[in-house]
This record gives sequence, C-alpha cells and structure tokens, in this order.
Amino acid sequence: MLNLLGDFIAELRAAGIPVSMSEHVDAARAVQVIDLSDRALMKNSLAATLVKDGDHMPVFVTAFEVFFANRSFNSVAELFDDLEAPSPEGAGSGPGEARGEGGGASSTMSAAELADLLYRALREGNREDLRRAAREAVTRYAGVEPGRPVGGTYYLYRTLRNLELDALEQRLAQAALADQNTSDDLAERLSRDEAHARIEQLKAEIEREIRERLVEDRGAAALAKSVRKPLPEDIDVMHANREEMAQLERALRPLSRKLAVRLARRRRRRRRGPVDLRHTVRRSLSTGGVPIDLRFKPPRPAKPEIIVIADISGSVASFARFTLHLVHAISSQFSKVRSFVFVDGLDEVSQLFEGVDDPAEAVARINAEADVIAFDGHSDYGRAFLTFHERFADQLTKRSTILILGDARNNYHQAHAEVIADLKYRCKAVYWLNPEPTSYWNSGDSIVSQYAPYCERIVECRTLRQLEAFVGELA
Amino acid sequence: MSALDPREELAKRLGLLQVPPVRFDSPHEIQKLLAENDYLSDDAIASVTFLADRLAKPVLVEGPAGTGKTALAQAVADSIGARLIRLQCYEGLDESKALYEWNYRKQLLRIQAGRSEGSSEEWAHLEEDIFAEEFLLTRPLLEAITATDPVVLLIDEVDRVELETEALLLEILSEYQVSIPELGTVRAKQIPMVFLTSNNTRELSEALKRRCLYLYVGYPSIERERDIILARVPGISDVLAEQIAQVVRSLRSLDLKKAPSVAETLDWARTLVVLGREEIGEKDAAETLHILLKYQSDIERATKELLGRSKPVA
Repeated sequence: MLNLLGDFIAELRAAGIPVSMSEHVDAARAVQVIDLSDRALMKNSLAATLVKDGDHMPVFVTAFEVFFANRSFNSVAELFDDLEAPSPEGAGSGPGEARGEGGGASSTMSAAELADLLYRALREGNREDLRRAAREAVTRYAGVEPGRPVGGTYYLYRTLRNLELDALEQRLAQAALADQNTSDDLAERLSRDEAHARIEQLKAEIEREIRERLVEDRGAAALAKSVRKPLPEDIDVMHANREEMAQLERALRPLSRKLAVRLARRRRRRRRGPVDLRHTVRRSLSTGGVPIDLRFKPPRPAKPEIIVIADISGSVASFARFTLHLVHAISSQFSKVRSFVFVDGLDEVSQLFEGVDDPAEAVARINAEADVIAFDGHSDYGRAFLTFHERFADQLTKRSTILILGDARNNYHQAHAEVIADLKYRCKAVYWLNPEPTSYWNSGDSIVSQYAPYCERIVECRTLRQLEAFVGELA
Repeated sequence: MSALDPREELAKRLGLLQVPPVRFDSPHEIQKLLAENDYLSDDAIASVTFLADRLAKPVLVEGPAGTGKTALAQAVADSIGARLIRLQCYEGLDESKALYEWNYRKQLLRIQAGRSEGSSEEWAHLEEDIFAEEFLLTRPLLEAITATDPVVLLIDEVDRVELETEALLLEILSEYQVSIPELGTVRAKQIPMVFLTSNNTRELSEALKRRCLYLYVGYPSIERERDIILARVPGISDVLAEQIAQVVRSLRSLDLKKAPSVAETLDWARTLVVLGREEIGEKDAAETLHILLKYQSDIERATKELLGRSKPVA
C-alpha cells in the first residue's frame, strides 16, 4: 500500500539514513499519539523516532519540508493515504491561501517597496513580515517555470542575486551599530554577526518558499529526488561545493576522533601476545616443572610507519587535505607519520604537524609554506616520485607503508613507474588512494594502470566514509 | 490500525494491574513545567519528552558538553515529583556496578547462622534461601526497575562504556526487565522515564539507538540563551543578558577548539553581575574571556577576531 509515511521513510533511506523496521513502527505509533495540526511537534516526533544521528538532521529536515510542507492533517488516516492525491482541504487552507492574498497585494508592489519591506522586516526581526517579503521576492525574481524537473537551486540563486543581500547586510550592520552609543570593535563585530544571522534567516525563508512552490508544482516524491542532499560522509570530496565543503570540515573532526577511539580500543583488547616460553618454564619450577601458570609475551605494538605522498594540485587538493588531517589525527596509532606534498616539485611537511594539537591548523598552513612548484605548477607524478626516491628512499624500511594520494593525471609527463617499483621493493606496502570514480581511471591523461602493478591496492576514495574505512583498516 | 496503545501493551507484558496514567497532557505543558523548575526547553525537547512518556520509550540525548542534557533529566524528575536515579557510566563499568550484586557477606552470615542444624535437607533449603531478593544488592538499573515510587532513570554519558557493556542496557531499555540467572526475571513495577546522555565521543551501537527516541540538544538559539541567562542568573539586566548571548553566539561561530557551553555562559554572566557591569565593554570582555574559553589559543583567537587586537590582556 502506498502511503505518505512509508514514502517519506523510503525517501530517507534513499538519502542514506538507515531507518529500521522497528523505527518505522515507532514513527507510525508516534503520529497516533500526537496532535497532527502542530507541525513542529510532528517534525520533532518523526525526527526522534527515525533519525538517530545529529549529522543526519539536515537531510531529514529537507525531506520533511518537501513531504509535509503545505499539508495539514486532520486525522491519522490521511498520513497513511495515497500520496499522489493531495487532500483538497490541505491545499486550500494553510499557506496556500495566505499566498493568494500576498500575491494579490504584491503585484502592485514595486522593487523599491519590496526592498523597503525587506529592510524593515530584517531590521525589526519580524517573522511575519519576513515571510511576506520572502514570498514577494520569490514571485518577483525567481521566475519559477512550472513543470521543470529542477531542485530550485537556480531559482534561489536568481532571487538572492537580485536582492543584493551583501549590501543589505552591511546596511543592517551599520544601522544596528548606529543605535548603540559605543562603537568599539566588539560592538561592531556583534552588530555584524547579528546582521549576518538575520540575512541567513531570510535566505532560509526564501529557500523554503521556493521549495513549497516546487512541491505544489511537481509533487513531493518527484521533488524530494531532485533536492536530495548526500550525508556528509557520502559527499563526493572532489566535487563538493562551498557549503558541502564546510559540512565536510565539520564532519571530519568527530570522525577522526571516533576512529582514534575505536582503534585504541581494538589495540587494547588484543592484550596478550604469544606464550613466553622462557618465563613459563621459570614459573613452572615452583610447581615441580609442570607449566600450570602460562606466561605471555606482551603484545608487540605492530604499529606501522606511514608515509603519505599527496598531490596537492588544484583538482585533488581538498582530498589531500582531508586525508592528511585524518592520518595525523590518529597518528598515535602509527609509530611514525611522515607527510610529503607535491605538484611538480616535492616537499616534506611533517614538521608542520609537530607539536600542533589540531591537525586542521597544520593542514591550513601547507599551501602557504610547502615548496611544491618546480616548473609550471601542473602535476607531474613522475618527477615528484623521482625527487622522493632520490632524497628519501634510503630512509624507508620494511615497516614503512606508503600512501600515495592523487588522481594520477600526469599531464602527459613521463610516468617513471619504475620508481614506484623500487619503493615497493624497499618498504612494506604501497597503497594508492584515488579520489576519482573507478570508471574515470585511465581516461585522458590518467595513468593509474601504469602504476597499478607496483601497488598493493588502488583504492577508490571519493567520500569520507571510504576514506575512514581504508585508514581504519590500515592501522 | 487496531494496534494497542504502546503503554497498554507494555503494561500487559509487565503484568501491571492497571496502565500507568500518562504524565503529561501536551508538549506545551512540559515546557511550562520545566520552566517552573528553571529549565528552559525548546520545541524539540518538549516534543520528545512528551513522546517518551506516551510511547514508553527511553530517550537518548546527544549533543556537545554543557548544553543541559543531564539537567534535562533532573528537571523532568523535579517537575513530576519523581526521584532521580543516576547511573554514571565510565570505562570498565560492569553488571555488578550497574545492575545487581549478591551480598555475599550477608549470604555467608546466613550460612553460618544455619550451620548448627546441619542436614542435607537443610542445605537444599538454605541454598534456595541465600539466592533470594533479600541478599541482592540493587544497583541503579535494578533499583529503577523495582522502585514503586515514581522515578526517573538517568544513564549518564553512555558513550563512555565499552561497546560490549552497552548490551547490559538493552534488556532494560526495551523490556523494562532484568534477568537474574539465580532468581528469574525481575519486571518493572511501573514504567519509569529513562534518559540516556551521550557526548558523542563514539558511535553507539545500532541496537541501542533503535530502542531509544533520539534527541539532539545543540547550542541554544540566541533568544533561548538569553532567556536561560535571565532565568538562571539573579539580578541580571535584560540588556546585559542580550549582549552576553550575542557575544557567545559570535564566539561559537569562530572555529574554536572548544566553543563556550551554556554552563560557561552562565558562569560568565554571574561574573559580570558580581563585577557590577550593566554593559559589556571591550575591556571587560578581554579581561573575563578566560571564563568562557579554556584554551590559550582560543582566547588569543577570540581576542583577535572579536576585539581586534592581537594580544590578550593579562
């Protein structure tokens, strides 16, 4: 049977949130005991029963807004009704009607009037006015074309561009500052942050408005698919936009902390080493030579030494940053971590991480301080490997593991795969982490296959999830 | 749709004679009750607490340190006039600390006292006797289950126990019962409210999460933080509270090692009140920033970003 709640959960699962059968049952029970006309209550109830991870909340919120935005429910039965038959009451009452009025009044509103309304609403922090202004702005600037299968990002962009929010934000901050009698740096900063928060509120309001219109136009299920956002750990690192990048940065810290805790725990649990024969025989003397009390050797900390060689040229820079961050964050799990970065020249950056408690700081300094450009600033893997071999090969031991990070797009330079062959011979293993999807390997100037024979494994590493899995395996 | 109400179902399973009455009529009422106990909740907190009561499920509260997770359990207990039973988790917690332990000294005494008669029949009787409830030391979890007065069970910082120890909690969380091999199954005499808190230092097991309602308590919105300050700090002016909330929001937007928690915000507010300030000037901020921030590098950064100077005072 098709039903709205079921479809909603299917959408959550499609977006990557694991929802179990029993959680589905809980949600179904929850909606029976709450007052459905209270939207916030309904949202919180569904969130509490279906989403069990704070990082998944943004994905849930997006899906919730798409599915339940302009519907109101009078009875539980409607929740289990067919999705594609929107209840006429639901569409009639609620925001739909209000928009009708707003639209009628607004057609006479000029651009100047709109700007004025917007400014006033923001200045006073009046939610009602803000909503009205957002609605008006969308009508005026978004140019929503019915029937187009889009997620609304372009509409949002178009609306925001026309509103010139940067100028507005500055005006707000200045006005707020003028209200106060002091004008020191602190006051200035506070008014700036306040203005910024209000502008963000407006943006959220506009986004919500656009989404509501799109839902009306195309239906919830169809739209949900186009606005579906990946979970932070599933974002493709190479193609992340600015907002996603910020999300990734935020996700990375707890991720590396959790990984470190897990690894430390695993190590502690393997407490016993093999039987210590000498010690056992010694102990057996007191029992007449019968080895009653077995003694064990302390476990040998088989911590590998990690050497990271990362391509930090434009296309894969962010991937290299994340990997360096993660590896250094759990560096206590390795006996030693050394990091090298290259573009067409190669430089060691291990010293940047020394004595720094937060790897993020060190990673941020890499770009400024590492000397990685020898010629034209296009990646040259062959040259970088040659340099590495020349300067550091004699420091490799059988306990070193080499991680090479990069897409192996060599700009048609020479590969020098024989260098990797020699490195493999000298150390324990060579792994290659490639941030490109497997299907792109060896297309164009990518020469993964030339290095492949000399690597233990070449791992596709497009998301934090894949990266975490690999690094966890390594330690 | 003919499913039984979750409370009724659970009561039947536990063998309770009557279904315990619901504690709250609406989330709105919860907000009011909590506010009377000086705990300012928001929509999400009230909704989830309401659901926890109605669905008879435990709540897993997660969020950064110092955002009032433990205080929530305390406030809920106060507002329904219940006793708070707290189990503080730590690494190495085991069932003798969390669930129950046999009072073996008392058992020994019982054996010694009964020795004079001494026949094999007596022994069988005795053996049965020394594994009775009388010789059981109840630990927090069992205590919460067997209590007859209203209780709220708080399992604090559940992320600190090992993954294997989590399994101890599962039976009590889903069935409200504890199985003791020598004694049989002890079922709850009522349906207690259960809160678990976690600082998210590690991923909790799916099994645990599935049994709980999830509540994420993040840093409060600026309005709520202001109200919290007003409620918890006596003698503070509206203007100062508003300003404090603003400064703290700005600080949290910086990329700090440890963002100021609500508890630290309150400490700061109290300090400013004691200092007799009506407004925060740059100088006060610079001098008292160490109350909010606990790392030198954070203090330097905040001083630079917020106050526009490179060196912190003192």
